[in-house]
Amino acid sequence: MAPPVKRQTRKGKHPMSEQKIIEIEVLRYKPESDQAPHSEVYKVPFTDDMSVLQGVQYIKDNFDGSLTFRWSCRMAICGSCGMMINGIPKLSCESFLRDYYPNRITIEALANFPIEKDLVVDLSGFIEKLEAIQPYIIPKEPRTLEQGEYIQTPEQFSQYIQFTSCINCTLCYAACPQVGLNPDFIGPAAMALLHRYNMDSRDGGQAQRMELVASEEGVYNCSAVGYCSEVCPKHVDPGNAVNVNKINAAKDYFLRFLSPKGGAQ
Amino acid sequence: MSKRRPYVRPMGGWWKKNPFYVEYMVHESTALFVAAYAITLLVGLVRLGQGEAAWNGWLEAMKSPLSIVAHLAFLVAIAYHAFTWFKLFPLTMPPIIVNGKKLEPEVVVGSGWTAAVLAALALLGIVWRIAA
Repeated sequence: MAPPVKRQTRKGKHPMSEQKIIEIEVLRYKPESDQAPHSEVYKVPFTDDMSVLQGVQYIKDNFDGSLTFRWSCRMAICGSCGMMINGIPKLSCESFLRDYYPNRITIEALANFPIEKDLVVDLSGFIEKLEAIQPYIIPKEPRTLEQGEYIQTPEQFSQYIQFTSCINCTLCYAACPQVGLNPDFIGPAAMALLHRYNMDSRDGGQAQRMELVASEEGVYNCSAVGYCSEVCPKHVDPGNAVNVNKINAAKDYFLRFLSPKGGAQ
Repeated sequence: MSKRRPYVRPMGGWWKKNPFYVEYMVHESTALFVAAYAITLLVGLVRLGQGEAAWNGWLEAMKSPLSIVAHLAFLVAIAYHAFTWFKLFPLTMPPIIVNGKKLEPEVVVGSGWTAAVLAALALLGIVWRIAA
């Protein structure tokens, strides 16, 4: 029987067992003691199947247990683990360390949000925006139970299905300079959800939601940078929802002079 | 007592932080060239209203090397402005549904370009006829 192969740790004969190490620079912020965030660099051993999220978990498990970040599903569906990776908003669970090696990775909390601690941002403003758009069906014609369900054709369904794919990861907010410049701007994801309900054939709430769409916080904050749709991991195209609603708001504004009952439908 | 002290990062120089934003600032600033060209034409119109001598003076000024260089700059900047403007079509326009399918972004952008080129050629044709 052959003796067991010794584990190769130094550079040399067995490149397969060679341990690669990547430098991860993390923007740290401890609200109890820090006046401002500062960077710390960690040397993380990794394998080719490791995500950036796993790299961050390695730091927490091995170097500093106080490192704070959000994560849950590890498969790009929960929308918790968004971070700025080399300045680009990404889900850290679907970004891989191998794609950055041998360069150093810099990681920072999502841009345009206040940093709560380390990589965790304060999402309360975003949650308020989600509530503000009335994210539920406001029935066009209320039906009783006896009348049965609301019928919808596949064609009507296809009008809004794309905008239901949002996972609230807020990468689009981190991508939007207008959100950073005016934190009150309702923003891409909330507008995409608003559009999802407006486009639903069962919904009749467009006029109710219009006040917000056309308000100071509304769609006209958008200057069509378009980066929101670029970074969206679910191809929701929130930028299109925002811009289509500029047209809707303009129509509503001008058509109300022609149709005193309440503008564009 | 709450230890919360959310830190708001400054926005200064935000557009330099990402090549996507740099390109955005570049294509937005080409609008200044569009404005400059419009003002140039507007001045020509005013000079035309002021009589033959004024008009001929403006025509001479247009032939100066400085004016030719400026017009080349206008051409390049406005061409890039148009290119990025059409590129934004799929973002800014409501989706166009043909046979139950959303038109591909390339088709939307391509149609915009085709319409623009045809309109420019038609305009050139008309000017050509008037001049001839």
